[in-house]
Amino acid sequence: MNQIIIITIITLVGIGTAAAVILYFVAQRFKVYEDPRIDEVEEALPGANCGGCGFAGCRAFAEALVKNELWDNLYCPVGGNENMARVAAILGREAVEQAPQVAVVRCHGTPGFRARTTEYDGAPTCAIAHQLYAGEGGCPHGCLGLGDCVESCDFDAIHMNPETGLPEVMDDKCTACGACVDACPRDIIELRKKNKKDRKIFVCCINEEKGAVAIKNCKVACIGCSKCFNVCPFEAITMNNNLAYIDPVKCKLCRKCVEVCPTNCIHEINFPPRKTEKAETVEEENK
Amino acid sequence: MKLKTFAMGGVHPPENKLSAGVRIRDLSLPEMVVIPVSQHLGAPSKVIVERGEQVKTGQLIARAEGFVSTNIHASVSGKVTKVDVFPDPSGYRRLAVQIKVEGDEWMETIDRSDTLVEEITLEAEEIRKRIVEAGIVGLGGATFPTHVKLTTPRGKKAEYLVVNGVECEPYLTADHALMMERSEALLAGIRIMMKGLGVEKAILGIENNKPDAIEKMREITRGTGIRVAGLKVKYPQGGEKQLVKAVLNREVPSGGLPIDVGVVVFNVGTVHAAYEAVQKNRPLIDRVVTITGKSLARPSNFRVRIGTPVAHLIEETGGLPEDTAKVINGGPMMGKALSTLDVPVVKGTSGIVLIRDGEARRNVVIQCIRCGKCMQVCPMGLEPYLLMNLSEKEMFERMESERVLDCIECGSCSYTCPSSRPLLDYIRLGKAEVNKIVRSRKAV
Amino acid sequence: MARFIVSPSPHISGGESVPRLMYGVIISLLPAFGVSVFYFGIGMLIITTVSVLSCILFEYLIQKYILKVRPSHLDGSAVLTGLLLAFCLPTNIPFWMVIIGALAAIGIGKMTFGGLGNNIFNPALVGRVFLFISFPVAMTSWPEPGQWMQYTDAATGATPLAVMKEGIATRPAGEILSELPSFLQLFLGNMKGSSGEVAAFALLIGMCYMLYRKIITWHIPVSILGTVFLFTGILWLVNPDRFASPVFHLLTGGLMLGAIYMATDYVTSPMTGRGMLIYGAGIGIVTVLIRIFGAYPEGVQFAILIFNGFTPLLNKYIKPVRFGKEVAHG
Repeated sequence: MNQIIIITIITLVGIGTAAAVILYFVAQRFKVYEDPRIDEVEEALPGANCGGCGFAGCRAFAEALVKNELWDNLYCPVGGNENMARVAAILGREAVEQAPQVAVVRCHGTPGFRARTTEYDGAPTCAIAHQLYAGEGGCPHGCLGLGDCVESCDFDAIHMNPETGLPEVMDDKCTACGACVDACPRDIIELRKKNKKDRKIFVCCINEEKGAVAIKNCKVACIGCSKCFNVCPFEAITMNNNLAYIDPVKCKLCRKCVEVCPTNCIHEINFPPRKTEKAETVEEENK
Repeated sequence: MKLKTFAMGGVHPPENKLSAGVRIRDLSLPEMVVIPVSQHLGAPSKVIVERGEQVKTGQLIARAEGFVSTNIHASVSGKVTKVDVFPDPSGYRRLAVQIKVEGDEWMETIDRSDTLVEEITLEAEEIRKRIVEAGIVGLGGATFPTHVKLTTPRGKKAEYLVVNGVECEPYLTADHALMMERSEALLAGIRIMMKGLGVEKAILGIENNKPDAIEKMREITRGTGIRVAGLKVKYPQGGEKQLVKAVLNREVPSGGLPIDVGVVVFNVGTVHAAYEAVQKNRPLIDRVVTITGKSLARPSNFRVRIGTPVAHLIEETGGLPEDTAKVINGGPMMGKALSTLDVPVVKGTSGIVLIRDGEARRNVVIQCIRCGKCMQVCPMGLEPYLLMNLSEKEMFERMESERVLDCIECGSCSYTCPSSRPLLDYIRLGKAEVNKIVRSRKAV
Repeated sequence: MARFIVSPSPHISGGESVPRLMYGVIISLLPAFGVSVFYFGIGMLIITTVSVLSCILFEYLIQKYILKVRPSHLDGSAVLTGLLLAFCLPTNIPFWMVIIGALAAIGIGKMTFGGLGNNIFNPALVGRVFLFISFPVAMTSWPEPGQWMQYTDAATGATPLAVMKEGIATRPAGEILSELPSFLQLFLGNMKGSSGEVAAFALLIGMCYMLYRKIITWHIPVSILGTVFLFTGILWLVNPDRFASPVFHLLTGGLMLGAIYMATDYVTSPMTGRGMLIYGAGIGIVTVLIRIFGAYPEGVQFAILIFNGFTPLLNKYIKPVRFGKEVAHG
């Protein structure tokens, strides 16, 4: 009996050792040299693998950072300026800085403003509903409310409000990775410059139909009247195809456009309340 | 005699031919018509009339833009009130010409008499010209400009004309009525198309649920060499690839057209319109439309002027029933659901089907049970469950290699699925994305 | 104007649903159930009831409290699993073993993979094999038919297959055959065996019903039975003393039950016709191998489970015939 056990032990140990030696030499022979800095950089990155940088995951981005001397188009919106500085320090390069951004949903067609004239019974994704028709609210540019943007967010930063049927972005969680922007088939969501105290002023509509047509579907549509364009002291507003657009970089948040908009489709978010009747209606409608 | 059919796939939805046997009547003229400039596949036509202009019935109001496009004519006489965007059956707003109907004055060049003109005096080239001028498109629903099909591309030869009298969609009876009531005109039309194509052989395919039409057309075509093929009732027998397979046992190649196997297919409505264009100088300004539904008071077949609001059509057949939950432009398998009744009848409108509450909603979707029924019914030999999976995961390149572009969107898969999965919804999405990829590849 | 419903086409549905399909299979099992009660009496009623109720209960509990999804225990699939599990057990098995089998079938065979549609292996067979390996003695003692009021105390013996396997080493097949019930008796089910597997004629009636209802296609049963018949036939022609006749093989053991009901389970079988034929042929071959050369007298349960594992491969590589040749173009 003992002999068998001893022979077994010796045989197995022998096989194990031989395998270990073979594996070691094979590993050495076929080793792929990788710059060790790639690992270091990857460690420093947020690790969300969201694709916001345009690469397939944080490791691919780390490789690009190490391989490229110039970082013109390389930026991680999730980590932001602080993180890019840290990575730059590891590699001894100049840090790139970009103004922080946040995702903004540019439609306010709630059931109160935009009546649901049909009932959609197809597969519950925006992509399919958009391919089919204008949507339950009738506006061909309006939010379909089926949540493709919510599905696409890796950071739990956007959720559907069941009462309004519109998505809402949580500014503190949004990393401006752009996933929701790509997911929306109607290009309703836009990445805009993040301001102090999360203040925003933007035209909450992307409807390009003629004013009379737009307003028939939705009471808070942009009718392209140009009143905002005329009043802006910083030339931040442009009019195109019956639609006003506020450039977030040029806009100085003076709120003059908000006051003159006849349909209240320009929203001001996170500002102190104003003591005018107009402000109250705007506030009410902004909810 | 043994009935032919296509071998692969197919389903048997209940026929519900409520309006079968109802004689075609001319629908009364509405007050306003709205004629879209894009009622066909290809480039939208260019409007040549202005607001305020008086037009006569049959007058050209929009010209074809390029080869794959078509002319559009006023279907009524009256004053052009607006040239603007209007909702069309797809729900989105498109450019259209709105005409206020005043009387019914026709262009003098049109022969409005009922006499049958059998003799074909024109040559093939002239026939093609007449058809272009008359704005004829495929009336089966695809609305492909007919003159393009009559122009055989270089390197290909047309051997057979196949006429599609199948009408496999449930509820629709417009083609049936046409074959019963206008059979002689149809025969002349078939001869005209044969001459236009330069073929000597023609086959008319009719499904076996219309035995009277098969008999009538057999009688009419006796001695002419035009064969009438009775076909087994199976959806989608009316799909042109399935039709060519059934009557001639030839398979149109993937990504190809029937002309690749020497065949050109036209719907009976198109052939009839061709007769009127060539022999009566009558442009395409009206068509036979089936208006039907289980709760509708009088399911009927009407000859309707292009641009007539669907609401008018429904009023004339008893009004919108209280329990109407869905209004379909076309048949229930491939038609489009309307958002509103304020849309016009266009060249491709073969029927309006009203679906009642209780039959209009889809069932709850559950997971795929891998039963394979979707594959058994797919007439193109695809794997719908797989295509839906790939589409959900946005794996569009793989969808291309799984031949998603072969899909004819017949709906047999979604119809059959025991889990009520929205297979065709996702497949259509995939097709659109794959087409984008293919286009961007060609552009490089 | 009323609000219309808008959805993409098609706007009508064929009316098929998962419950309709499942209950269709259950209806087709009624002849076999009836015959089984006729032969095995109260034992059959007890184990069937326990099995079906346990399967439903476990599916509900697991879905509601562990997976936290909407319970689908009444869609017919749990009932069907319970029924089929009972059909492949001997009717004198204690009820608590049946409960364990149900737990293995539903819990391990179905729910761990994600529920209906996601499982790789046939749940009823998973349960059966689990019991077979855990309680080999209880699972290989077969009651004599005709003892209607006996349950766990039924008099038992070996199945014809087991008798044949054991005897064939020393005696010619023909001699053993003469001691076993005749082919007619085997066809009618008058033999010892699992409750549902005995009556070939009842199972065939069920198969005809399922073919008529278009619940299954002919491919799998025909390819399994055909392959078994072919290979046992060849062996028997070569040496009729060493190998039992093909008719004997078709009528004994769980082959009929397996070929018609177990192997044809949607989720675990291939979806294309050609895939099904390959799958069936494979099951047939492995069954014959285990029966003739393996350690067990019956191999169908293992053969099916093995080929369940091949199904994803068959689904991936065997494409249906496409309409129209591929044309090389941009």
